[in-house]
Amino acid sequence: MTVLTSALDTTSADYAANRDAMLAKLAELDTEQAKAVAGGGEKYVARHHQRGKLLARERVELLLDPGAPFLELSALAAWGSDFPVGASIVSGIGAVSGVECVITASDPTVRGGASNPWTLRKILRANEIALQNRLPLIGLVESGGADLPTQKEIFIPGGQMFRDLTRLSAAGIPTIALVFGNSTAGGAYIPGLSDYVVMVKERAKVFLAGPPLVKMATGEESDDESLGGAEMHARQSGLADYFALDERDAIRIGRQIVGRLNWRKLGPTPKPAPVPPRYGEDDLLGLVPADLRVPFDPREVIARVVDGSEFDEFKPLYGSSLVTGWADLHGYPIGILANARGVLFSEEAQKAAQFIQLANRADTPLLFLQNTTGYMVGTEYEQAGIIKHGALMINAVSNSTVPHLTVTMGASYGAGNYGMCGRAYGPRLLFTWPNAKSAVMGPAQLAGVLSIVARQSAEARGLAYDDDADTQMRQYVQSQIEAESLAPFLSGRLYDDGIIDPRDTRTVLGIALSAIHNAPVKGADGYGVFRL
Amino acid sequence: MIACVLVANRGEIARRVFRTCRGLGIATVAVYSDADASSPYVDEADVAVHLPGNTPAQTYLRGELLVEAARSAGADAVHPGYGFLSESGAFARAVLGAGLTWIGPSPDAVDAMGSKLEAKRLMAAAGVPVLDELQPDAITEADLPVLIKASAGGGGRGMRIVRSLADLSGEAEAARAEAASAFGDPTVFCEPYLVTGRHIEVQVMADPHGTVWAVDERECSIQRRHQKVIEETPSPLVERIDGMRDRLFDAARAAAKAIGYTGAGTVEFLADETGRFFFLEMNTRLQVEHPVTECTTGLDLVALQLHIAEGDRLAAEPPMSQGHSIEARLYAEDPATQWQPQSGTLHRFHVPDVGAEFTVPPGPSGIRLDSGVRDASVVGIHYDPMLAKVISWAPTRLHAARALSAALASSTIHGVTTNRDLLVNVLRHKAFLAGETDTAFFDRHGLIELATPADLDRAEPVSALAAALAIDAAARLDAPVLRGVPSGWRNVVSQPQRIDLDGPSGTHHIAYRFTRAGLVADGHDDVELIESTPRRVVLDQAGVRRAFAIARYAGAPGHVYVDSALGAIHFVAVERFPDPAEHVAPGSLLAPMPGSVVRVAAAVGDAVSAGQPIVWLEAMKMQHQINAPVDGLLAELPVREGQQVDVGTVLAVVSTLEESE
Repeated sequence: MTVLTSALDTTSADYAANRDAMLAKLAELDTEQAKAVAGGGEKYVARHHQRGKLLARERVELLLDPGAPFLELSALAAWGSDFPVGASIVSGIGAVSGVECVITASDPTVRGGASNPWTLRKILRANEIALQNRLPLIGLVESGGADLPTQKEIFIPGGQMFRDLTRLSAAGIPTIALVFGNSTAGGAYIPGLSDYVVMVKERAKVFLAGPPLVKMATGEESDDESLGGAEMHARQSGLADYFALDERDAIRIGRQIVGRLNWRKLGPTPKPAPVPPRYGEDDLLGLVPADLRVPFDPREVIARVVDGSEFDEFKPLYGSSLVTGWADLHGYPIGILANARGVLFSEEAQKAAQFIQLANRADTPLLFLQNTTGYMVGTEYEQAGIIKHGALMINAVSNSTVPHLTVTMGASYGAGNYGMCGRAYGPRLLFTWPNAKSAVMGPAQLAGVLSIVARQSAEARGLAYDDDADTQMRQYVQSQIEAESLAPFLSGRLYDDGIIDPRDTRTVLGIALSAIHNAPVKGADGYGVFRL
Repeated sequence: MIACVLVANRGEIARRVFRTCRGLGIATVAVYSDADASSPYVDEADVAVHLPGNTPAQTYLRGELLVEAARSAGADAVHPGYGFLSESGAFARAVLGAGLTWIGPSPDAVDAMGSKLEAKRLMAAAGVPVLDELQPDAITEADLPVLIKASAGGGGRGMRIVRSLADLSGEAEAARAEAASAFGDPTVFCEPYLVTGRHIEVQVMADPHGTVWAVDERECSIQRRHQKVIEETPSPLVERIDGMRDRLFDAARAAAKAIGYTGAGTVEFLADETGRFFFLEMNTRLQVEHPVTECTTGLDLVALQLHIAEGDRLAAEPPMSQGHSIEARLYAEDPATQWQPQSGTLHRFHVPDVGAEFTVPPGPSGIRLDSGVRDASVVGIHYDPMLAKVISWAPTRLHAARALSAALASSTIHGVTTNRDLLVNVLRHKAFLAGETDTAFFDRHGLIELATPADLDRAEPVSALAAALAIDAAARLDAPVLRGVPSGWRNVVSQPQRIDLDGPSGTHHIAYRFTRAGLVADGHDDVELIESTPRRVVLDQAGVRRAFAIARYAGAPGHVYVDSALGAIHFVAVERFPDPAEHVAPGSLLAPMPGSVVRVAAAVGDAVSAGQPIVWLEAMKMQHQINAPVDGLLAELPVREGQQVDVGTVLAVVSTLEESE
């Protein structure tokens, strides 16, 4: 085992400046997350409590094992949209009766828990995480259904919510619905398609059509309880498997159900008694330059994330702009690919492709630590086959079947985002540091490219080019692209699973790895044709 | 020469006798009831004989079974201990009649003193001062209060104070019933009740050759329900009054000589502050509190009993006594709820820095422990709830009191409620330290106050926090997954972790969170967490660091015992999820303790009035009346006479008239 040594100077002015910049970003993150926690605001929270109901996060907290962690996902969903931050639902991974589960809890204080397009995306992402990682899914349901003004974004794709449930069930992954309130119309299929259903007495309301619609459709007079109350479903329709006396009772029953799943994790067990890193997590705040153009050594990050700061580097002398090597994290063996100086050259791409294949041969999960400006451009590199080599890496990443985890530590630009397992490449979980940015290219470069193309077009048509307008255009484009490449914006669109405090990286990855190991870990048998 | 002794008793006194026997090379035989089968004293005896059943009447009061046990186990002598048949002349005769040695006075002497009525007359004739006897029929208002005593009684049982004439016949009835159950003899008598007084007694030891020692006096004024709680020698009163000791010793020797006494005995007197005293009774056996005399004199009183039974001669004079010794009786009882006896599993019992068990500690001072229990002992409902006697010995009374209170305060006692806090508070009370002890001590100084730990207001909240942190640490270690992640870790924080604990003064809602900067606990801003493990939590509170030892037991889920320099506090964790099945009908009368139903005085459908007794429950030989809480109808009566019930069992349900209609 090789123990990393740190060259970080925590007394330097740069370190202090970097730390201040990161703390400012974290303060912004806290502010945004607080919006999600606040739900529908004081008035609706108070009203909800007055009705004797628990808030979404209170339900989740009670459901979890005492002392167990909860990794909340997509906390900033809908950031930058017209909908409240958090998308009126809580989702995350936590332990219930000793079993790691994906938990979703609608927040009825936000517009009655109605689903908007971002809610839908957040639910579908949670379902995907449950399916890929073989995690039981527990839904804490109380939703007024779809946000009707945006139904066009919800209705047709929203069918996947129900399809996911039964596909999870078919894959042997238990689905449990605890119904605390409304779950009507389409929402009725959530309990309808779950393996286990618990309904709360005099609170749960599960029917296809409520009394007014029934009256309109058939003329029948009816009421909520006889159409879809917990008692009716428990005694007559059989849709409710468990009749809970109150919310706490429902959560108690939910925990009891999970406790009886006879759940066994199928991945290998971690090594016992992992030792913490030798360097403090706090250093991570001052490590990343506030200016993303300044590269930093990812080994400093690895030294603060992996067990005992032990890292056995693979091919250290070749393609040194990408660091590859083996380590353990919370006792789980992992292979790490980390950008060292931003740019990926042919050597780095080839090294990555080989390393990914080795990890698949050894059934070892991979961690991608992104800080990349993309693959090198220019005639020399094009002629040397940078496309072919980049394709090798993308091929390997795409067809690798060991679990991938990605952390965007800084820049994630261009095809580097693809090669380093960006969102489209299906990492099991992807987290972003608050300072990170991602786009097809840097804002200045993008604006400059537009400017050159416009100038060439004007010149080709013999027109004079308006330099003032060009400056304005460049500024506008640059600021727009800048805003759209920031972490909260991307997280709001669910292009990651959450922005995390860099100091939490080890803990987040530890939870992620443990969750992943509910499913078998198995390397790929084949890849696409490698263009050599 | 005695070769093998059967102890016709149980618990700590059996262990005490065995200890001396072992030292003398005498073999030992224990007898045990069903409930005592795994008691320490049974293991310590060379052989043990089973007495089937549990109640004393089935077991330790069955003289013929005991004699048969001695015979079958090869014992040649019987030591009766105290209580049970220790003062039964008939038993002593049976033992002698079987050709065995009786370790005690002659049966005639036992009988002479066994009837308290008869004894008073004898003593008066011998010139020993006595209180007048009152005829129940002749008692008038002017005689009140009076005391009803069981003629055959002892140890406070069968005694009743009567303050109003209306209660006289009922109390006499109850005293007779209790006396019959405890001693097999229902005779009771009345005498004036001195509301305050001092209980002073003299240890005598007499050999068959005419030597009678008055060894030392003991003061046992701190009593509850006429049962001694704290005993000491020398007596602060006797020390204060010139010549009183000589007068006492003369009276005690006269008492012993009047009946030709041999062996160990105790002459009990009631004294007032001026030094006047009256004969109460003579106990013709070893006393519970004999260890204090052993500590100050260096004698082994049990050894002397054995030697005298073998016909040996005492020296002319007893040894001089030195220093001061105090004994505290640790009872499984709750002083704050009418001394209700407690039962259950004693998960842990440990007294620190014990210098000796059942013998005098070496050196000029020390702690002695005479205990009948050990870790995991089950404290049952059939016998006296005394767990152990803790005795200190030191050059002065103040030193002895300080050492004893410290030993008790730092003892680890988990599983049953005890009178420990009361004992500690009494031993540290300025009136006690000033020697102002009399039988009304608890009434004068407030029982509830004395029973409450001194520092509870300060100790309880931080102890609850420590308990919660230990529970938290245990939950992390026991977690099947994600064990390596910090407790309660959240990337999006919305609320603290919560653990609710019921403590002595109410429910503690512990809300806490671990942050990068350390522990944040609501209401504990000045507390810093130094260390937390399932068994030990170290907290720094406003610059003072304290370790809390935390104990939980598999057999008692939810129960948490916290011991620290601030005191011992017991908490019960509140279940996160109330069990929907636990639901008691309003108006239900629940058994306040385990016991047996001895009487049922109403039938389902009867109209009952508030306060009317419905069920009598006997536990620990005390009868507890269960009364109707309101006027109404007896709706349910799920128990019958003779039935054993557990604490919390529904005994009866009374519905109010409105409910019934």
